[in-house]
Parts: sequence; structure tokens; C-alpha cells
Amino acid sequence: MKDTAVNTPIDPKTIKGWGIDADPENDPTYPMRRHRMNIGEDPQAGNRPDNLQPVDVEVLKSVERPNVSAVFGTPRPPSGLSGAIRRQTYKYSENEYKRWLPLVLADRVDMVEGVVSDLLHGKLPNIWAEKGYDMEWKYNRSAFLTKMATIGAVTAGLVVWLSSGKKK
Amino acid sequence: MYTQELVSAASIAARDTGTSFSTFTNLSRSIMLAMEYRGPKRIRAVQKPMPEIKHPQDAIVRVLRTCICGSDLHLYNGNIPDTRVGSTFGHEFVGEIVEIGEAVTKVKVGDRVIVPFNIACGECHYCRQEMYGNCNESNTESAAIGAFYGYSHTSGGFDGGQAEYARVPYANFGPTIIPDDMDLDDAVLLTDVIPTGYQGAEMAGIQTGDTVVVFGAGPIGIVAARCAWLFGAGRVIIIDKEDYRLEFARNYSYCEAYNFQEIGDPVLFIKKMTDWLGADCVIDAVGAEAAGNTLQTITGRKLLLQAGSATALHWAINAVKKGGVVSIVGVYGPTDNLIPIGNAMNKGLTIRGNQTSVKRLLPRLIDHVQNGVLKPKELITHRMPLEEVADGYRMFANKLDNCLKTVLMPPSANQ
Repeated sequence: MKDTAVNTPIDPKTIKGWGIDADPENDPTYPMRRHRMNIGEDPQAGNRPDNLQPVDVEVLKSVERPNVSAVFGTPRPPSGLSGAIRRQTYKYSENEYKRWLPLVLADRVDMVEGVVSDLLHGKLPNIWAEKGYDMEWKYNRSAFLTKMATIGAVTAGLVVWLSSGKKK
Repeated sequence: MYTQELVSAASIAARDTGTSFSTFTNLSRSIMLAMEYRGPKRIRAVQKPMPEIKHPQDAIVRVLRTCICGSDLHLYNGNIPDTRVGSTFGHEFVGEIVEIGEAVTKVKVGDRVIVPFNIACGECHYCRQEMYGNCNESNTESAAIGAFYGYSHTSGGFDGGQAEYARVPYANFGPTIIPDDMDLDDAVLLTDVIPTGYQGAEMAGIQTGDTVVVFGAGPIGIVAARCAWLFGAGRVIIIDKEDYRLEFARNYSYCEAYNFQEIGDPVLFIKKMTDWLGADCVIDAVGAEAAGNTLQTITGRKLLLQAGSATALHWAINAVKKGGVVSIVGVYGPTDNLIPIGNAMNKGLTIRGNQTSVKRLLPRLIDHVQNGVLKPKELITHRMPLEEVADGYRMFANKLDNCLKTVLMPPSANQ
């Protein structure tokens, strides 16, 4: 409760702009639907834009949609093992866990594929820089060193433990 | 702009490929500097190919300012499904138009524009109801979610603005000219932070004299608390665990601010402050990265068994009064969350949430900025070159050096 002392009550009417957007009708109406239409009232609900982006890369489409949207992102089409997992997941509706959870797995596989790709291109990922550890070193050094030391000790312990198991 | 006939799957497959839609350009480059995602908590700045016009309504924007958003941390931490290695994040950016497609008539090369974070056609069933965060013609990969720049393939697969250049679809609708007298630092915060905080307050249905509680003193929560006064709130309370952010909120948002690590059960604390009734309105401005509940943290953030940690939403439902309104602007993933939905039913709550309809709000918010009612750029605490984007993310994610809002400056911004 120590913060209570520094919270000074304020007369709201002294705050610049107080009440300028007050809207008694916004209770509990849905503010974004000032021009509400249901589908039956909208004869244009199924219309499409005149121009459609050419589908010149593989685009995974939600089965809950009838078509490819008029524009879509193209930079990272699915590829490799991660792409194969993604293609499988998109066969299911967004209502299903198997639509989403394997995508997280695909993301992790993609990460490994990214490291392999770096190495195949002669690039060694600079993990220190990619993780922004310079900022930890500059602003959070003692906690950072403690964390790294803990991770190192646990890793070393695991290695020793697993090695001793093999000898038996 | 719309034809009356539906486009069949066959006709989609038959779309021309390799067509160039570009008509006006002053570009002569083939590569640019951009942020690139490599896996959870691993990003780097790399040279990537320049974005191209892919649709007649596309524009290419030279990025002048771009920010790291709290919701970028969901991507950074690897919590949003279908975040592909090689992606460029960044949904908060302003810039100068350097190339336009042949159907673009509303903006021209040389215009400086605010780019709303959501990609909206402006003409579909949802856009015609001003639900520009829910456009039906921008995201092939999900029917539930609209399209956002640099926010995974679940959100459309578009590269974002943490780069020197970005592709901006539907340039006849989305990009909004920056007024001559507006600072670019103010403008870039109108792409997301200010509209989202404002809509958080708007969706809370605040009535004159209401007590409003905001969970989360990040930039969005701070703006939501500030905007609650614009709707006539009588008392505004913000809850977080970072003292420096709470202090910032007291000064910027004129609100009471409390550290949930020092007040015990935040729900009980709020009940005591409100004659044991609860707040009239509660805003969840945290989303999936919430701290404060071990079960939520482990299942939501570590094991990913939930679509993020729903601690703030859990508290919001329990802290609001019966018949009150819970407004959700914190971002969660597409799967499930553990929340007390039975309490929501028994208390007769109204729960509202949505991605922000930025384009709908921009005229009003530009007025508020020009009239001095809102001062966006005061939220900026750090400014870094795009080359140091990995450091910027680490600093923001771990709240180092009292970081609240970081602006990234691409090299192209200085040209």
C-alpha cells in the first residue's frame, strides 16, 4: 500500500479535454458499428475488389475462407519440413487445436532450418548480437551474469550426469 | 471498385503472374536494411530485397520512423503461431511514398503518410461498417483475424515497417497524409498506440463520473488511462508492476497508479476502493505477456498451452462491478485462455474487444494532437538506429533503462 501516499486525487474537470468525447449513447452499444449491417441487409457482402493480387507464390489459405484475399503477403512462402507441417495444419479449421499447435512446432523447426541455412551459406549466427545481450551487459549486468552462470552450471551438470550414465 | 460477381477458385488460379502494376516511382535500389526474425528472442538487421508493387493499389513507402510495440513482443518471444524465420516485424511506421501502383489515386509520390497498422480495403462488408481492423480482403491465412503489417502469417504474412522500405497495400484507403505542422514523432504514434489506447477507453463505454481501472502501464495502458478522461471519467486507476511506468502514468495520464506486487490481491484492492462494488469499467491493456499469476505464466507463456497468460483479463472480469464493461485491447493468440467466464455471466458483464479501427479514429485523434489534448511523442523514451534493432527489442522486452517506447530510425530516414 506504500504507493497510496503519492496518488494525489485530481479534479477531472481541470484535465485538458475532459469529457470532450463523452457519448451517452455508448452504453453499451458497440462503438465501431455506427453503421451496423447484417449480412441480409448487405447485397454487396460477397463482392470482391476489381483487382486481385496474382497468386505467384504458394499461399496457405484458411479453410474458413472461400478464396484468397485480394492482397496477401508474399515474402516467406512455406518451405522445407516446417513448410510441410504448415501445409498439414491449414487443412483444419481455425476452431481446431491441430490447426494452431503444430504451427508452433513448425515455427521451431523453421528456426533450426534457419540456423542450418545460415551455416550452409557460410554464416555463423552471432547469437550474442541477435539476442541483444549488449543491453543486458550495459543495464542489467549482475542479474545477467547470474542467469548465465546458472544456465552454464545446469548445462554442465547435465552433461556430466549424462556422460557418467553412458560409462555405466 | 467492386465487381458484382464472385471470383471462383479457378479464376484465382488463373490470375496473371508476374505482372508489373507499378507506374510511378523514384526508386533505383534493389536492397534495403530490414529487421529479420530468426527465432524466439533472436533478431538481426540484414540486407533484404526491396519490396515490390504486387497489386495495382499498392504503394512503397520509405520509412521515416518506426516503433517497437508491446504486441511485437508476442512475436519476439515466439508465441504467435506461424511466425516464419526471415519475417520483418513492425506495424507502427510512417514514411514517404516513393512508388505507387497504377490504380492509386488518393496519394502520390512524395506524400508523407501515417500508415495504420491494420491493412484494410475500405470496401468489404466489415470495412463499410468502419471495422477496419477486421477487413475481409487482406488476410488469406485466417478468417478470424484481420491483416497487420509484420505480424506473422497468421495476420496475413506481410512484411512490416522495421525496414527502410515497406509495401503498403490499399494505398487509396489506408495511408493518411501527415499534416504539415505535425511532428513525425507524433505521427508515428498515431499508427497504433494512440488509437488503440483511445479505442480501449471508447470500448469501455465510459459514462460521466465512472471509475475506470486500466490493467497495464505500458504505452497502450497509459494512453487508455489518459483517454478515459476524454470520455468523462471521474476516477482513473492504473495497475502494473513496474514502478517507473507507474510514475510515468501518474504524470502523463493524471491517474492513480498502483503496483500489484505491493497491494496484495488487486481485485480485492479495487473492491475496497470502490465501496465493495468494483470498477464501472476495466480495460485490459496487457494481453498475452501478463505477469502476476504463476499458473497463467507457466501455462500461457512458458508451455504455450494457452494463447498467452490471461492474468490481466482474469483480474478485469473479477474487478469490474456487476453489469460493468470490460474492454480488451491487450493482444492474445488464436487458441484458448483460462478466464472466469462463469463470473462474467453471473455478473452480467459486457465484454468488448477488437483490433483498433485506426482509420476510423484518425481524424478525431489528429485533431486532439493538433489541439494539444493528446501529446503522443512524450511517450518516447528511446531512439535507436535500425541497425541496433536486436538491442532495442531486448531493452524493451526486459524493461531495461526504464524503457517505455522505442523509435527506430532507418538509414533511409536521413536521406
